[in-house]
Amino acid sequence: MWPALKGLEATRAGEALAVDYGGGRVLLDPAGAAFFAGVSMLAVADLHLEKGAFFARRRMFLPPYDTPATLARLAALVAKYDPKVVVSLGDGFHDDEASGRLAPETVAAVEALAAGRTMVWVTGNHDPSPPANVPGDSVDRLAMGPVTFRHIAERDCLTHEVSGHYHPAAILRGRGKAVRRSCFASDGTRLILPAFGVYTGGLNVRDRAFDGLFDLAAFRAYMQGTERVYPIGWRDLIG
Amino acid sequence: MRPLSPPDSAKSTLFSLPAPFHGWFAKKGWRPRAHQLELLAKAEAGRSALLIAPTGAGKTLAGFLPSLVELTRRGRSKPGTIEPGVHTLYISPLKALAVDIERNLGVPVGQMGLPVTVETRTGDTPVSKRQRQKRAPPDILLTTPEQVALLLSHRDADRFFADLRYVIFDELHALVTSKRGQLLALGLARLRTLRPGLQTIGLSATVSEPDALRRWLVPQAPGADPLAALITVTGGARPEISILKSEDRIPWSGHSARHALPDVYEAIKAHRTTLIFVNTRSQAERIFQALWTLNEESLPIALHHGSLDAGQRRKVEAAMARNALRAVVATSTLDLGIDWGDVDLVVHVGSPKGASRLAQRIGRANHRMDEPSRAILVPANRFEVMECQAALDANYLGAQDTPPIEPGALDVLCQHILGMACSAPFHADDLHAEVTSAAPYADLDRETFDRCVHFVAHGGYALQTYERYARIRRAGDGTWRIAHPAVAQQYRLNAGTIVAAPELDVRLVRPGAGTKARGGRVLGRIEEIFLEQLVHGDTFLFAGKVLRFEGIRENVCFVSSAPGLEAKVPAYMGGKFPTTTFLSAQVRAMLADPAQWHRLPSQVSQWLGHQRDRSVVPNASDMLVETFPRGERFYMVTYPFEGRLAHQTLCMLLTRRLERAGARPIGFVASDYAVAIWGLGNMGAMIARGELPLAELFSQDMLGDDLEAWLDESFVFKRSFRYCALIAGLIEKRHPGKEKSGRQVTVSTDLIYDVLRSHEPDHILLQATRNDARAGYLDIGRVNALLARIRGRIVHKGLDRISPLAVPVMLEIGKEPVISSQTGDALMAEKAMATQALVREAMGEDMVD
Repeated sequence: MWPALKGLEATRAGEALAVDYGGGRVLLDPAGAAFFAGVSMLAVADLHLEKGAFFARRRMFLPPYDTPATLARLAALVAKYDPKVVVSLGDGFHDDEASGRLAPETVAAVEALAAGRTMVWVTGNHDPSPPANVPGDSVDRLAMGPVTFRHIAERDCLTHEVSGHYHPAAILRGRGKAVRRSCFASDGTRLILPAFGVYTGGLNVRDRAFDGLFDLAAFRAYMQGTERVYPIGWRDLIG
Repeated sequence: MRPLSPPDSAKSTLFSLPAPFHGWFAKKGWRPRAHQLELLAKAEAGRSALLIAPTGAGKTLAGFLPSLVELTRRGRSKPGTIEPGVHTLYISPLKALAVDIERNLGVPVGQMGLPVTVETRTGDTPVSKRQRQKRAPPDILLTTPEQVALLLSHRDADRFFADLRYVIFDELHALVTSKRGQLLALGLARLRTLRPGLQTIGLSATVSEPDALRRWLVPQAPGADPLAALITVTGGARPEISILKSEDRIPWSGHSARHALPDVYEAIKAHRTTLIFVNTRSQAERIFQALWTLNEESLPIALHHGSLDAGQRRKVEAAMARNALRAVVATSTLDLGIDWGDVDLVVHVGSPKGASRLAQRIGRANHRMDEPSRAILVPANRFEVMECQAALDANYLGAQDTPPIEPGALDVLCQHILGMACSAPFHADDLHAEVTSAAPYADLDRETFDRCVHFVAHGGYALQTYERYARIRRAGDGTWRIAHPAVAQQYRLNAGTIVAAPELDVRLVRPGAGTKARGGRVLGRIEEIFLEQLVHGDTFLFAGKVLRFEGIRENVCFVSSAPGLEAKVPAYMGGKFPTTTFLSAQVRAMLADPAQWHRLPSQVSQWLGHQRDRSVVPNASDMLVETFPRGERFYMVTYPFEGRLAHQTLCMLLTRRLERAGARPIGFVASDYAVAIWGLGNMGAMIARGELPLAELFSQDMLGDDLEAWLDESFVFKRSFRYCALIAGLIEKRHPGKEKSGRQVTVSTDLIYDVLRSHEPDHILLQATRNDARAGYLDIGRVNALLARIRGRIVHKGLDRISPLAVPVMLEIGKEPVISSQTGDALMAEKAMATQALVREAMGEDMVD
């Protein structure tokens, strides 16, 4: 069972865990975003904006509130960290045409949170084209010092690399209970962010899709708790 | 067959029976039974009717007699003329029952040489046969509620049902209490619109409120109370029921009944075929396993429950029909009226949880009305001893406690509206009138109906952004029509109200194969929520075997055989009924009356005697609250006897109140009989000092704000929402071209729920979810009745140690997994600390942080 979606109050109140990564400090926020303090950059992955509208075209009418809800959570984090750069690590939009059909309120919400900062949209497999109508630069990857940011992790990447795409989640078992949460997944070199959009689920980090991506001896799943993130080793997780 | 003298009206019916019928009855040396003729007379007079009769009373033949007589009079159509359509629909809750009836009805039809064709149509019927049935329908079509909905959603429904005269509902008492029954009631309303002269015949076991079923069978109208005719067959031989008197110690709690199984095995040996009923699937597995360890003579004993592979179940059923088995351990999957060969004993392990359920299960033995059924009740613990005694008394008196028929659910209505649009354009006024002629929807107001229509059209959200993608649209003439033919295809893939929890196939592979395994025999399906908690090497009981968990890949769980190993108890769900209100009241009365205790086994009466000496035995209208310290904690135990669901709800609400009162509660557990709450504050002392007035703690306003606040967060609520979302069509079970299983549903309903609740808490689907959760999972009605019943009647007893009566519920502590976000966080914190400590120890520093 997934915990209830964090309200805005809880999103603001979460206590981030500081870790050393790529020679700098990174704050892993329990809301599912990473703040790279040295370069004042807030990174989120897999917003999947307009996913509800995408399903509606197939005549499945999910509540049409996902885009404003996701942006409101992102705005709360932007207010909390006041970053110079906000980066969406790909799949910011659920489909490639989504940015073309945004409601004016959505455009205004993105403009508000990008005002006075640099907004970067890394392209993803769902949204390979640069987005229309919203402020910001579109890139297929981004290098900040020794760290590379892209949508999908590259297996032979030799540098520190931050990505999204896989929607990592972890299941922890103990005392007769199983706890399943979205998580940041990292072995100290590679860091994969959890999906941030309100309609995004998770894929167990022990799924075969993750095979070969991590040095398991150094692996941590930073599971999203209510107020904190909890680093859990590979052996405690179940498949 | 005993000759019965029919009433006068029926006598004339007897004489008017067509010749083949007279000949057939004469050849058999039988006479039609009075109720069979009475039902025929009512039907011939143009009335719909409800027949209530015990098993073995010839109910099936009675139900079909009006159709058979009319079809015989009609005769075969002449060559060259157009073949008539379906004359009679027979609808049963089980596919297997339809198949069984085809066989049973085929015998008299064949022997009399009647010009009548009979066929089944279920989900298992091949497409070619279904298509042929559309072109050349049988006279009598035996089918299921889902198939009726599908047939009605086609554009040719009017033509297909052009000659329909009768609809027969078998096991109506079982049909009407589910969402399937509600969908069927709506389908019936449509059939009546197509054929206003249509007559219905309901066949039912004895129920507490026959009028509710009589209403269900006929069109309802405002200001009137139309009822179908009622024919009741009483009598039948009184069953011989006994409670197993085990020499062994009766357990305080638990459901394994291990102490009694040697006696059960002896009973199996002494009878031809024994049907062993249990309440849950996991109980079935454990008892099956335990019986086989006792089975020195290797008697053929089989297992039957809903999680097992269908092929395996069919094999067991066939073996039973051949009388090749000596015993079958079964859950409610064998409850209904299939004729399973020569069962001469029913054993019920655990309390039957209701008087009517006991009667129906006993009816599985000796399928002949005039011979007594034999049954043995096997209580698994001490409270169940009292419950079994109460059920036995109730059976003797013929008391019934079938559940009331709930008002129709809105998710079901949404699905039906789309089905009707697929069939033909509709005017909202007409469809609303039709829907409210169905008894479960008789009180449906127009505004709610319109909201359902809008939900079907484009989701029904306050923020209207989906109108351009609508499924149904209002045309210029005011009718609602489907916007695209693909909508009908989508509907047909998802029709029906049976929504299973996400389940995985369980396949047997060689040991050590892990998730790299391929193929393997399918043993059945188990809930994902259970399987996800297992790790490689864990063992559990399923399909009568001890299995080792190998791993999960996509939609398959791989297991290997682990004979001889101790199995971890399977915790997967399946059918936990709470004790009925009626039976609970009987148990309370028995407990309160020491004069009755001598009827109970001495261990139980002594136990109650100790309770009287050490604490107090509450009288039947009071509720006892005990408080006592134990270890570092303080306990409060109460005995409402309102069933597990109501008790869980009560616990959740009480905990919130105790929290506010400063009693610092930290845990609770609920059984069918009692609840225990423990905390760090001394609740006994607080009550004694007047700081925790019990009248306020248990006041009825608990069901106001506290309930609403808790409801929306609760796990049961999310589960209800998932079911509603699937039935109403918010998300799809299957999409054309894509076979989706629960595991692959693209967007988690939990996520949808969170977004919907925070943005549109009054949405129609949340309304539907609240209705369901209140009635079903939470049993709010019983909590409310309890709080009203105990007002001013709470007896507090402060004790310095645990009381005898409290022992069973205290033993439940720790058995029930409670998963909440708080405990989840605590577990993660614990593991995270352990991980970091270990790494520091080994490496001198944390590698990552």
